Amino acid sequence: MKQGSSYMKTFINGLLTENPTFVLFLGMCPTLAVTTGVINAIGMGLSTTAVLICSNIVISLLRNFIPDKIRIAGYIVIIAGFVTIVQMLMNAYVPSLSSSLGIYIPLIVVNCIILGRAESFANKNSVGKSAIDGIGMGLGFTCSLTLIAAVREILGAGTFAGVSLFGSGFQPVSIMILPPGAFLTLGCLLAVINIIAGRKKKAAQNAENLNAEGDM
Amino acid sequence: MVAELLIISVGAILINNFVLVQFLGICPFLGVSKKVDTSVGMGFAVIFVMVCASVITWCVQYYLLVPFGLEYMQTIAFILVIAVLVQFVEMFLKKSIPSLYSSLGVYLPLITTNCAVLGVAIQNITKFGGAEMSFLKSIVYGVSAGIGFTVAIVLFAGVRERLESSDVPEFLKGMPIALVTAALLSIAFLGFSGLSF
Repeated sequence: MKQGSSYMKTFINGLLTENPTFVLFLGMCPTLAVTTGVINAIGMGLSTTAVLICSNIVISLLRNFIPDKIRIAGYIVIIAGFVTIVQMLMNAYVPSLSSSLGIYIPLIVVNCIILGRAESFANKNSVGKSAIDGIGMGLGFTCSLTLIAAVREILGAGTFAGVSLFGSGFQPVSIMILPPGAFLTLGCLLAVINIIAGRKKKAAQNAENLNAEGDM
Repeated sequence: MVAELLIISVGAILINNFVLVQFLGICPFLGVSKKVDTSVGMGFAVIFVMVCASVITWCVQYYLLVPFGLEYMQTIAFILVIAVLVQFVEMFLKKSIPSLYSSLGVYLPLITTNCAVLGVAIQNITKFGGAEMSFLKSIVYGVSAGIGFTVAIVLFAGVRERLESSDVPEFLKGMPIALVTAALLSIAFLGFSGLSF
């Protein structure tokens, strides 16, 4: 029972508490580059998740065998191997997605999320926990990408995952699809998150103050 | 020939700026841009590593991977080359130019995971292929990509230094306002797309 709850905690940690995009600011390059459409974002998120889970499992298995001094080089080789596998699979089964993601697929190797989790989590924890951490972090990344892409695609093209939403009368704000839109969307989403977090903090503080007064 | 190289260069610096249009190297762009001095240092380190990486990965691709039919190993080979290269550059600078080393010190190891470097190496192969003069083009592209990165990060650092002393609403402080600033810079660079040849 206790073990189950700690797995759950690890999972939620990746998905929300330490969300790689909105809290840790890791893996910004693909976040900004591929979020022009929801389908691209989901494709990128899931392929990164796959690499993250596999590399977390393997690195966790090998954590007692890799010498400490060359561990980063070892991690990079393991990650690059899985990225190559994902690259080949995508080329073979989803060629259209593969060509629209283009250079960003091989660049999963240098996504800081994967190396970051290897160094700070998989290298210290058991295989099962590392796998759960990979799933949580990966899904957290996928959800954030999808959220950003949804905002950009709906405003910038009037579509969601390629399906037209507003009919022909809609005048799209095409700057949202262009590169500046990526920075703008992420900036605004972070501002909204800050507002919500600030309100929660204030509410918690108020409650504390009330309690303190009540005690007196 | 010179015209072609010039087009490649202007294209990489302004029209398809690595940071603001292609989104390569965003992590150092957001992370090391609080002060102009450090961002200049980072920029020069990136230019240097990009040129070396362009030369070496080109050689690896055409003298090692292609003859042995190992093109599918590209990603692994390139990232290893870059990691080793950065390590060597670090050791070399430490021994021979300690003053430069101490001013770049912290940023050098970070460059391994700068996706702009791997991006340049891969784009050199996909863009110029086996075309004639592709070696020269790769070098020019590497230099220009580095310059483009430096221009973007130094401009951004300049704006961010000013932001420090300005009155920003509480909820926009830190990352959100930095990203909105980057969006404005990116709009400015979008203007260069009219330069297309």
